[in-house]
Amino acid sequence: MLYREVGEFKPSYKKDQQTFPIRLDRYGYYAILAFAFCVIPFLINDYWANAILLPFLIFGIAAIGLNILTGYCGQVSLGSGGFMAVGAYACYKLMTGFPDLNIIFCIMLSGGITALVGIMFGLPSLRIKGFYLAVATLAAQFFLIWLFNKVAWFYNYSASGQITAPERTLFGEIVTGANATPEVAYLVCLSFLVVLAMVARNLTRGSVGRKWMAIRDMDIAAEIIGVNPLMAKLTAFGVSSFYVGIAGALLFSVYLGAVEVGEVFGIQKSFIILFMIIIGGLGSIFGSLAGAAFLVAMPVVLKNVMVGQLGWAVDLAAHFEFLIVGALIIFFLIVEPHGFAMLWRIIKEKLRLWPFPH
Amino acid sequence: MTATDSYQTPDGRTIGPNVMEMRNISLRFGGVKAIQDISFDIHEGEIRAIIGPNGAGKSSMLNVINGFYHPQEGEILYKGEVRKPMKPYEIAYQGIARTFQNIALFKGMSTLDNIMTGRLTHMKTGMLEQIIWSGRAEREEVENRAFVEHIIDFLEIQTIRKTPVGRLPYGLQKRVELGRALAAEPSLLLLDEPMAGMNVEEKEDMSRFILDVNDEFGTTIALIEHDMGVVMDIADRVVVMDYGKKIGDGTPSEVRNNQDVIDAYLGVSHD
Ligand SMILES: Nc1ncnc2c1ncn2[C@@H]1O[C@H](COP(=O)(O)OP(=O)(O)OP(=O)(O)O)[C@@H](O)[C@H]1O
Ligand SMILES: [Mg+2]
Repeated sequence: MLYREVGEFKPSYKKDQQTFPIRLDRYGYYAILAFAFCVIPFLINDYWANAILLPFLIFGIAAIGLNILTGYCGQVSLGSGGFMAVGAYACYKLMTGFPDLNIIFCIMLSGGITALVGIMFGLPSLRIKGFYLAVATLAAQFFLIWLFNKVAWFYNYSASGQITAPERTLFGEIVTGANATPEVAYLVCLSFLVVLAMVARNLTRGSVGRKWMAIRDMDIAAEIIGVNPLMAKLTAFGVSSFYVGIAGALLFSVYLGAVEVGEVFGIQKSFIILFMIIIGGLGSIFGSLAGAAFLVAMPVVLKNVMVGQLGWAVDLAAHFEFLIVGALIIFFLIVEPHGFAMLWRIIKEKLRLWPFPH
Repeated sequence: MTATDSYQTPDGRTIGPNVMEMRNISLRFGGVKAIQDISFDIHEGEIRAIIGPNGAGKSSMLNVINGFYHPQEGEILYKGEVRKPMKPYEIAYQGIARTFQNIALFKGMSTLDNIMTGRLTHMKTGMLEQIIWSGRAEREEVENRAFVEHIIDFLEIQTIRKTPVGRLPYGLQKRVELGRALAAEPSLLLLDEPMAGMNVEEKEDMSRFILDVNDEFGTTIALIEHDMGVVMDIADRVVVMDYGKKIGDGTPSEVRNNQDVIDAYLGVSHD
């Protein structure tokens, strides 16, 4: 009975609608934020930043983005990798074309450009649905990768075909390039994630989010209630792509520093982000993050345990990873489509009643 | 009685002038003539029933009214003006709301969210304001929540406020769907078989809600219903359709005594 709603009478609708209605949740959230911003930067090292923290933060943003489109608005996309590439290449072109432009603006503008591209590829969604839309986004994925490979303008005609992030600073600290420190890279990505997660939360709890969910659940009924289906879908494509684009820009500029498009933004990335939201929970911001954390951390943990401790071969561990992910996806698709987010809610419901089962 | 002006009902309510007039509507799907040259009107404040055997074209008529189907012939006058062909979501903004024959709730949302979604036509804040949330977006949310709570009280569904609608029994789902339509504060409410599949008790509840909506909010209602007892009880005027044609139009007692109607519909069992 430590965790409970009792004694938390909600005196107003405003209180009832807040993000963490239960006090303990709210304090937990503040504690995590404080820890993430004030403690981790002092503990962080290259290994933790590169293996776990940066990929988690960046793919967390991408997963929230895809969840807005797929989980909230019901439009399946297999093009996330391609849209991340749009963000990365937009960021590269902006950084090299406007050397004086602040890196934060570059990243945000990259998100904006990706949003426009996403809206363009979202246009067919008015006519085609479900499986066929998924195939159309798959086509977008292949087209975009092909485009960035073929058109040399995108990589400034560099001989390797790669794009490399020049050094940029923020408040005097190096953010991109080889000399960036892990704590700065971490803080930049963390700030983006926290702000974008809050924005996503606000968008999904109000009328914009209800329009998306209405389209997802019953598009005919949505229409007679006043939802313009094309507008609802295009805003979802736009917002979602904005997030995915920012993730791509961060992945390129802050995390990797240099990118070869087919390797980094290939179809596997689209699938991994989709798996994140399936395992984490469709239609949940928290679930997006849980799924991202899980799929980023699991290979690292498995590798440490199986290769490091048990002395298994590396490729055996890799196969094992596929097995686990595959089993989990099947499990969640069949048993619990709301993923970790729902499991977490169920645990909390049990906790609320504990120690009395009724 | 097909008055074009106000009239008085037997129970003493004053019905206003017509809000909606269908003029010579014809609707075909390929070779199927779903609606053939039908005209009728709906007056302000009345409960207008549309009855007829299965496949008569009743649902198609509602779909014409709220813009899902566009009739090949005829015109629709709403509030005195000829209505241009419009999309369903534009018609929602004109104050027309409806429920469906087969429940069309948002399965992934709670009762509260379903009914809140019905308020969309009243929510004006843009995306930027919602991103910031505090300020206009939050205020708008709270105001509309208060209105929705009013509907929840009215329909006596307080206890299922936060329940995902998919878990509700059929009768309650129908009620939530009515709530979602009411949330729009429609001037014309279309109900497609609101009592289908209900037991006697649930039908009585639903009839009471429909009468109360009409009475308390002054909402004009057009409903399709198969249960003749219910129709006779609550409708002010009735349109009778059969095979896409209108075969009767008038007060319940007039319709009941109309020989065409008796032949086509009342004499035949439809269960
Ligand atoms: N979208 C459509 N495409 C083709 N035919 C249709 C369509 N909608 C309705 N119809 C046909 O139009 C006719 C009228 O159907 P409608 O659903 O309006 O009947 P109804 O009076 O509502 O019947 P019920 O009492 O069974 O609900 C039927 O023959 C039906 O098959
Ligand atoms: Mg019907």
